[in-house]
Amino acid sequence: MVEKADLFKNGKRLDGRGPMDLRPLKITAGVLERAQGSALVEWGRNKVLAAVYGPHEVLPKHLADPTKAIINARYIMAPFSGQEEHGRSGPNRRSIEISKVAKHVFENAVLVDQFPKTMIDVHMEVLQSDGGTRVAGITAGAVALADAGIPLRDLPVGLSAGLIGEHMVLDLDKYEDNLGDSDMPMVILPRTGEILLSQMDGLLSREDISKAFDMIFQGAQKVRDKQIEALRTSYERMAAQAAQGETQ
Amino acid sequence: MILEQIKQGFIRELADKGQREDGRGLLDYRAIKVTKGFAPNAEGSALAEIGRSKVLCGIKFDVMTPFADRPTEGVVMVNAEFSPVAHPEFRAGPPDEKSIELARVVDRGIRSAKVVNVDNMLVTEGKVQGIFIDLYILDHDGNLIDTAALAAMAALKDAKVPKFEEGKIVRGTSSGSLPLKDIVVSTSFEKIGKTIMVDATDAEEIASSGRLSLGTANDGKVCSSQKSGSAGFSKDEYLQMIDWAHEKRRDLLAKI
Repeated sequence: MVEKADLFKNGKRLDGRGPMDLRPLKITAGVLERAQGSALVEWGRNKVLAAVYGPHEVLPKHLADPTKAIINARYIMAPFSGQEEHGRSGPNRRSIEISKVAKHVFENAVLVDQFPKTMIDVHMEVLQSDGGTRVAGITAGAVALADAGIPLRDLPVGLSAGLIGEHMVLDLDKYEDNLGDSDMPMVILPRTGEILLSQMDGLLSREDISKAFDMIFQGAQKVRDKQIEALRTSYERMAAQAAQGETQ
Repeated sequence: MILEQIKQGFIRELADKGQREDGRGLLDYRAIKVTKGFAPNAEGSALAEIGRSKVLCGIKFDVMTPFADRPTEGVVMVNAEFSPVAHPEFRAGPPDEKSIELARVVDRGIRSAKVVNVDNMLVTEGKVQGIFIDLYILDHDGNLIDTAALAAMAALKDAKVPKFEEGKIVRGTSSGSLPLKDIVVSTSFEKIGKTIMVDATDAEEIASSGRLSLGTANDGKVCSSQKSGSAGFSKDEYLQMIDWAHEKRRDLLAKI
């Protein structure tokens, strides 16, 4: 049984990380066969799969926008994904809200005016959860969009910061999320410094929030590097396969 | 609705000049009015009006099964109903993403600031107090989150805790006011072009590209943050909005 006092001792967190350290992060692009783009984000004990379909015809048709593509974002947790009991299948109030704010992130990042009267689906499936699944999901969705060849202003990066007692830390895991004092999931566009998603639980002062922003902007660079590495690896793999095809 | 759509260009031009259709300054709220005790059969209620927007909050107590990991804690639940009486685009039916978002943002503000002390709300073995906070949107002319948060806070202030006897609630009785540990309000900002303004009307929200709703609590704390819409905000804009939210908090508190 983990207690709150265990979360931060002698400058170290429960899993040995310092305040600025992220959990181990691995991103793989192009993991699904049928989707136009896909990505698997393994972040600590989180496993989140993202798939992109589209641009395709809008369904239902009356939602079509003659000036731009509309984004259909869907974040959902598998009923077996948590450490607790079997969850309910299908969307719940939490996942519907997260899908909405995720949609807004992709509406900003995708060059939607290049694809009028179409719809782009971004599906984010949480297969295994350990805190920070919405930011992991959106980070995966961004890679899946790029993997699908959909033009983006920049790759959105999700990351959370939060307070454990008086210590601001990055990338909270499930224990820190549940027992800590506050947490602030954010999604930013690193190139422009824009904040595309901001949510919060708990109480934070203006100074706390300012500090959280600075830490998130700094930490996001590491996540961005992994996103780009994943895309590069995927393209190199495709190029190698194409070259092999030519020699045969 | 068509009129609001047509007005978008006009509203954007005005916003670029720092002006608004109704002559308000960018940081001015419309008239705010709160009527407590509007639905007296509820244990607490309040009708909040900001400009032409109206939200009624009713609070009912009940006896509930607690969460397994928190056997003595009371359960607070916030729900929002976007009634079809409020807007030509609202339809009866299960809550959509906007109504779920509104309810959850108001809920997080109240929960984060621990406005209601839910510790030790045991009624009888295996049963605790439940507090249902229902938000009825009755008229929608923009800024529903702030109007709903105001209605919820005023209704909580209005609420009388009923007596519980032999594990049951005794309706129509009171054992005193519901003790509140903090007071939270919400201030929502809309971004039209590069201009940021508070308390947008429906037409302004249609012209807006994004919103930030900030909940404020006592001691200069922020208790909720929700970015909505496609626009992005810079760190400087965000911190500026925190300062503005704390300024506006004083005006909003004076009404409840």
